[in-house]
Formats: sequence, structure tokens, C-alpha cells
Amino acid sequence: MNLFRAHVLVCGGTGCTSGGSPEIRARLEKELAAKGLDKEVKVVTTGCHGLCEMGPLVIVYPEGTMYTHVTPDDVPDIVNEHLYKGRIVQRLLYKEPLTEEKVPHYGDLPFYQKQKRVVLQNCGYINPERIEEYIARGGYSALAKVLGEMTPEEVIAEVKKSGLRGRGGAGFPTGLKWEFCRKAPGEPKYVVCNGDEGDPGAFMDRSVMEGDPHRVLEGMIIGAYAIGASEGYIYVRAEYPLAVKRLRIATKQAEELGLLGDNILGSGFSFRIHIKEGAGAFVCGEETALMASIMGQRGMPRPRPPFPANQGLWDKPTNINNVETWANIPDIILKGGDWFASMGTEKSKGTKVFALTGKVRNTGLVEVPMGITLREIIFDIGGGIPNGKKFKAVQIGGPSGGCLPESQLDLPVDYESLTGAGAIMGSGGLVVMDEDTCIVDVARFFLNFTRSESCGKCTPCREGIKRMLEILDRIAAGKGKMEDLDLLERTALVVKQSALCGLGQTAPNPILSTLRYFRDEYVTHIQDKRCPAGVCAALLVYRIKPELCRGCTACTRVCPVGAISGTRKEVHFIDPDKCIKCGACMERCPFGAIVRG
Amino acid sequence: MSACACGNTAPKYPELQEILSRHEGEKGSLIPILQEVQAAYGYIPEDVIKEISLALDIPATTIYGVATFYAQFHLKPRGRHVVRVCQGTACHVRGGARILAEVEKELGIKPGETTEDLRFSLEPVACLGCCGLAPVMMVDEDTHGRMTPDKVASVLARYE
Repeated sequence: MNLFRAHVLVCGGTGCTSGGSPEIRARLEKELAAKGLDKEVKVVTTGCHGLCEMGPLVIVYPEGTMYTHVTPDDVPDIVNEHLYKGRIVQRLLYKEPLTEEKVPHYGDLPFYQKQKRVVLQNCGYINPERIEEYIARGGYSALAKVLGEMTPEEVIAEVKKSGLRGRGGAGFPTGLKWEFCRKAPGEPKYVVCNGDEGDPGAFMDRSVMEGDPHRVLEGMIIGAYAIGASEGYIYVRAEYPLAVKRLRIATKQAEELGLLGDNILGSGFSFRIHIKEGAGAFVCGEETALMASIMGQRGMPRPRPPFPANQGLWDKPTNINNVETWANIPDIILKGGDWFASMGTEKSKGTKVFALTGKVRNTGLVEVPMGITLREIIFDIGGGIPNGKKFKAVQIGGPSGGCLPESQLDLPVDYESLTGAGAIMGSGGLVVMDEDTCIVDVARFFLNFTRSESCGKCTPCREGIKRMLEILDRIAAGKGKMEDLDLLERTALVVKQSALCGLGQTAPNPILSTLRYFRDEYVTHIQDKRCPAGVCAALLVYRIKPELCRGCTACTRVCPVGAISGTRKEVHFIDPDKCIKCGACMERCPFGAIVRG
Repeated sequence: MSACACGNTAPKYPELQEILSRHEGEKGSLIPILQEVQAAYGYIPEDVIKEISLALDIPATTIYGVATFYAQFHLKPRGRHVVRVCQGTACHVRGGARILAEVEKELGIKPGETTEDLRFSLEPVACLGCCGLAPVMMVDEDTHGRMTPDKVASVLARYE
């Protein structure tokens, strides 16, 4: 086996790939060969490092030097300076936004310091397409321990002791769920991995499936052993082609090594995994809908009970867990339930991965111990709000979550406290909003999403969401009445209480939470016919200040609908009937001549 | 099952037979079959639904129900390239709507439509899952991040 003195890790996550990391890798290999370093330095494509904002990322080991925003043209410098002469390329280092200080080492970045990486421990370190790299980092040793030393009951007891709760959103205790399924009569039993990550603003499951697929497989095999299942399904959304590809490679490699298939590791236990691609329906993230979809039907939820543990796939006992839940299992087995339970709060144990996005400096994936405050996540890890803007709200838990204001930022993050504040843990999407975000518009956005994704089976969800959206549309158009707010609140409560599945029951959350924390903003839209954030198009007018316009035609070129007329060196005019109020002209105007109001 | 009365026995959709035989005896095979049909033909032709119905012994109405339930399936021909502009939360707060408006203007079609030359289809999508790059658009399987309205034309020009 070749020994290498240095490894160059190129991020192959979706973000960095679209930023050009395959070209960076090709260039690295070319430059290294030209310098004769290709036998000493190894280039590895890894999964996502989490700090997508700074991508494409290149990390050089053994030092752990992280280079940000790398382009193929930066590669000769990295090779000649760093790998040949041993000098760090200063200009490519991460710069601390506040102190302007350069941070050469990956681990010293504030973004990583407050994180505790369990689920993401391998993402960004290993090549996800090679099972050997997973095994070298301790992979599949939990499976060996389980099959060699533990009874299924002992496995379930360990998971129960850990206090792990479902990471898909509802937070049901995982060990208990496994026990129900183990005890349910019926053969065969199935385990399912829910990889139908549909919440806009969440991409942690994608990163785990793409960056460390074997961790998910190992968790599932252990779970199948504990439950007594012989077949498993991974349901991945169709929009994640890379995740599907990597999972296919991973199952094939595991089968070749006897870690999956018949008589695993000579234990007599057999288990197979099938990968199913979703076909584009958000509601399929709901477990009963997901099962219907695996069986080839319309993905519509059905009432529970019977629960999947008793009657799931093909009416057999079935256990469904989310990707992140499965990915926690190997470490719980290896390090013990007590170790896992030592992290987090009284009722929410372990870590949680959040997808931090929106108006925040360091967008990306962060894994933190439960109980950390939202303020720490957004300001210490996320680096706060860019462009000197003010924090306004954070939407937590996806389209069915809630919007929390500044006053709730010191809330410790766990299942109960978030629910108490009117949000939910959900899948862990955190979308940060600044003062330029309109709360009414955000509520409308989420409702529009849940309306179009509602499967239409139950009336409260199908009709209720539509009616609430109509009210919001009215308010955003400046035609709202004060009574609308009460009607909105009443409808929201009815839908919450009477909808069939989680989609409908949580769809009113964005309305209820914004009415609770940002009622004033609704009132301003209704009474003053004004959108304080300047977003609701019907309440805005763009016009050109003649005294400032120099007739440079920049705005006419950028207008997507041709609403601006005027020739060179003459004052331009915006046709209010054509204008779609996108604001592009205002951003482009070099003279600040375009105003909104 | 009634016999074909027209006397023509040559299969009109040879790929379909391969797809069907690949999934013979598999549980829950309808969605994978529809996915492969769509990959082969670009859409799901009505005649194919009838053939699948006969082969799987599932009523054509049920297959139609499944095909229309999922956003991924199309019953009409689509363009050679599929453009998806992300309308997810992160893209929304970073100006995704303007990217969509620019694509609509550039192609002269609305979401759900196909250009007359069958070059592009425009499809709405709720989230592409690379929110760190918002706003994002996807053409076929390529993800284009940190989009601005003026980058739209040059991105589209790369796809013939």
C-alpha cells in the first residue's frame, strides 16, 4: 500500500460541486503529476464539510489547512507553495469577519468550535464511495459488536438508554418504536429509512447520504437485527441524484464484503436493502404516505392507528426512521447509551444537525448538542447577519415550523421548548431573516407551499389552507380587514386540530407563530396599507427621481419585463402597470435615483 | 384481458418490454417502471399506460392516478433540457423569484410549460437542497448556485 505524506481533500458536496470542485480536482492531479508529487500527495473527493458559504473548499492534511473559495487557477499556488515548499497560501485562508484575522486551521474556525460532530463526523473526511475509508474510521465495528456480542433485546435496551428521539421531526423515542415493531406479530418485518427530505431549507439528510452513506446502512442493519427484519428500503427523493448514486455504490460494496445480504459476518442474520427513488411529492415524507409510495400507490397518508409498527408495508410490521436517526445508531452502540445521554437536555439527548440558511454569514450544516441556544447557533456559529442588517426572525422546522423573534433567541433548542414557543424541531431547517424580510410574505410563502403539497385527502387541510392563503393574499394586496386576523387564527386552530396527518396539523404553525410574535406587522399591512419591509409588491410603487436620473439606461437593461422606458441621457420612466416590482432596477441604479414607497 | 383486435402484434414500444421484464415479480414496481418509461421516452405516453395496465394487471385509471399524483411524471412530451428554479425558503429570501422571472422572460414560457422547439421545459421546484448556494437553479442534473438575473441567459445558452 502506498503511503502518502499529505492528503488534499476536495469537497464533493452538491454545493462545492456546482462551484467547480471537479475541475479543481482534475487540475490538482495535473499539477501534482507535473511536479512529480503524485506518489507523495493523494487527492480525495469527500462529502460536504458544512461550510457551504465558503466553497469550494480544499483542505490539506496532515496540517488541516482550509482553503476557501478555491478556483482551478488557485491550484498551482496550492501545489507549488504549500505542497512543494511547505508555505501556506495566505490569500486563500478563511478570514474572521469581525477581526479580519486569518484562520489557517480547519478546527480553529468559530464555525466548527461550538459544534459537536457525531452524525457528521465523517462528512468531509472520507471518500464516501470507498467502504475502506469508512471502515478505517471505525465503521461497521458497531455492527460486528452487535452481531457478535449482543442480543436484539440488548440492542433495543441500549438505544432506549441513549434517549435518542426521531430526528425527522416528531421526536418519538427510537428505542420504544423499535420495541413495538419487534413485539408486533407478523412476518416478514421491514425497516425503512426516510430520506424524503422535502422541507425547503433543510439538507442535512442529503449531506449524510452523500457524504457518509455507510453510516446510514450500518444503522439500518443494526436496527433490522434488533427488530428482526429481513428487508429494508431507503426512500430517497428524486431530486437527490448524487445521494441515490452513492447509496447504490455503498450497498453494493457492503454486499461484496458480506456486511449486507445473506448470513452477515457469519452470524446467520440476513438482511437486504432496496433503494427507492421518490417521484416528487412532499407529503411522502409522512410515514404512511411514504409506505404507500414504496408500494407503488399514490402517496397519501392514512389515519393511524394502525401504526406502521403493526401494519406497515404490505400490512406487515414496519419500522420507519429518518436518515439522521439511523446515522446516530453506530456510535450509540460503540460508545454506549450513557455516552449519548450525557449530551443534551433532560428530555432531548444527543446532537442535532441544523441547516443554517437565509440571511446569515456562514450558511451551511452545523451539528450541535441539544440545549444550545438559537443565539449561539445564529451568531457564534453562523457569524450573525451580513451586510450590517438587523436580525428579525428565524424560521425553524421548515414550512410547518414557526417564526421566532429576537426575544426567543435564548431559548435552549430541544423538542419541548421549541414546541412551547410555537415552532417545532422539524427536520432542523433554520432560515434566518433580516429586516428586509416581510413576515406576511413569509407566512404566505409557506402556506403556498403546503397548499400545493397538500394531497387533498382530508378536508381541513385541502380547504383550510386554501382559505387561509386567500386571507393572506388579501392582506398582502392591501385589501385586508381587521376581522381577517381573528378569522385567520380561528381557521388555523381548526386545521391544526382536525387535519389527518402531520402536514395539515402543522401547516398553520407559520401563521400562528407570526400572529403571536409579529401581529403589528399584519396590522400595518391592513390599517396603513404599508409593507414595512418593502416586499409585498401590491403595496409598493417604484419610481425614478428625475433630478437624480442621468439616463444611463442601466435600469432599462436589467428590467425583466421591459417596464422602463427612456433613451440615453434622458430621464427614464417606470410604467407602473407593467412593473412587477422586483426591485432589480433599484439595485442596479448607480445613482440611487430609483425609490420605493 | 381482451385480445388485440387489430392484428398488429409488433410491439410499438420495444424499450417498454425490457423495462417490464426487468421488474417482473417485484413488489411495488409501478413507480420504478413509470420512472424508467419516462427516462426512455421523456414522458409517459397514453398507450404505454394501457400496456403497463395489462402487464401488471392494475387498472389504467389507477396508473393514471399515480402518474398524476407525483410531480415527476409527465403525460405530455417535454423539452430536451429541464430547467428548475428553486423556490425554497432560502432561495426565496435571497431573491429566487427574480431568477424565475428572468428565466420566464428568457424562454418565453411559464412554469409547467415547454418551449415550442422542445429545447427547454420549465418546472417549479420547492427546494433543491443546496440552500447554502441560494438562489439556485438546476438545468438537467447540473446545479447552478449563487444565481443573479444577469447570469441566467449565459447559463441557458450552454444547453442546446
